[in-house]
Amino acid sequence: MKPQITTACLGLLAAAALAGCAGASRTAGLPSPAELDALTQKAVQESFKDHGIVKVKNVFADDETISACNAADAAGKPLDDATAKRLEALNMKTVQWPSDGKFLGSWKEGEKLAQSGRGLTFTDTAKTPNGGNCYNCHQIDKKEISFGTIGPSLYHYGKLRGVKDPNAPEARAMVEYTWGKIWNSKAYSACSNMPRAGHMGIMTKSQVADLVALLLDPQSPVNQ
Amino acid sequence: MRGKSIALITAALGLMGLSGLALAQKTSIEAIEEYREMLQDGNPADLFEAKGEDLWKKKRGPKNASLEGCDLGLGPGVVKGAFVELPRWFADTGKVQDLESRLLTCMSALQGIDPKVIIDGQWGKGERANTTALATWIAAQSKGMAFHLPQGHAQERTMYEVGKRLFYQRGGAHDFSCASCHGEAGKRIRLQDLPDLRKAPGDGIGFAAWPAYRVSNGQMWSMQHRLHDCYRQQRFPEVVFASDVTVALGVFLGVNATGDKSAVPTIKR
Repeated sequence: MKPQITTACLGLLAAAALAGCAGASRTAGLPSPAELDALTQKAVQESFKDHGIVKVKNVFADDETISACNAADAAGKPLDDATAKRLEALNMKTVQWPSDGKFLGSWKEGEKLAQSGRGLTFTDTAKTPNGGNCYNCHQIDKKEISFGTIGPSLYHYGKLRGVKDPNAPEARAMVEYTWGKIWNSKAYSACSNMPRAGHMGIMTKSQVADLVALLLDPQSPVNQ
Repeated sequence: MRGKSIALITAALGLMGLSGLALAQKTSIEAIEEYREMLQDGNPADLFEAKGEDLWKKKRGPKNASLEGCDLGLGPGVVKGAFVELPRWFADTGKVQDLESRLLTCMSALQGIDPKVIIDGQWGKGERANTTALATWIAAQSKGMAFHLPQGHAQERTMYEVGKRLFYQRGGAHDFSCASCHGEAGKRIRLQDLPDLRKAPGDGIGFAAWPAYRVSNGQMWSMQHRLHDCYRQQRFPEVVFASDVTVALGVFLGVNATGDKSAVPTIKR
């Protein structure tokens, strides 16, 4: 193997591509990117097994957005603007809006959901109540000091956005955005790190309303 | 040894309970540093190390042989330095193997122990538990040495490329990938600091921290166990013990950790 790499490097040296040599030697004799993708999928199919409520066919189900973002990340270059916009539009179409027109539920219930990171692992059962996982990544209520930093701080979320009365017409766009972002984060940023809580069935409509209230209700500790 | 370790663990857990808030206000790294200092004279991992050394030297299995002839990559019986070069390609199996998948090969070939029993086994039980103890002792023999996984063989570089794709593979109910938590520097989940595993995160951090003794559940965790539980929390299905996915990820993380010194066995939350 080694002599082959040396030959490849010398070839490149002859072509005066010294800088490319180290990079080329890493990929010399390797399968093509498409073949590596296929090898990865083969490894996935052979290396995972159903366990409890978590099924292989569901976890790796075809999803155009997820596939495009995975490929972009592995290649180290973000999606081009046109693809990102197209995928965002696709996800926007999946957003289900409140059936009764009520965007805000109970912020107290929202806080409980935000605290919980439970549910949907293979050691949970179908009866385990799903948490919203919010504090794992976001600061929310100032009193909770155990918060993650993968997502931005949501403290003063409504206040900073000038939402004084969530029912007022001027607040409508922000209320809808907040609901939509929680329902399907990828509708606003194609490769967002955030789960698609409504779209993937993690949260129900009534739970999404509780989370919207946590962020936008002027009575919520988030906006105190 | 055992009594002392258990007493210290109990003391550490008691302290956690009494001053939970005080601990919560420190970073988790600081808190773990505290446990580590308290347990310095009696890391419970010592027990697993001792068991592992015994299992390496003892004649066992249907073939009544020891593992002392096992080639971990540096030649039959060479243990020191082997761990910081794994996973690597092995000519006899024609495969890239990590420490635990290599142990399956040796236990099967030398001792006649059926690998299926370990692959389908349970953490902390039977031959699976023996594999964890062996991995702990073998890894500890390279304590303080820097990772330098070989990448000369095409299959080693192929596994790196596959591992990279796996690292960025979102899936499941939450769209989580390894990179969701370990793809940026300086991030936390709750108060837990997260190593950036796209590069070398530092001596004894990330890949260089496992196998580790986990204070919270009193278990010794190998890298296989660490990956298994990461995938569980990712809402992925169960990853098969010693499967290609675990080995490929090991290559990606191990090569990225080049230059980081192994601190195993470490103590974790």
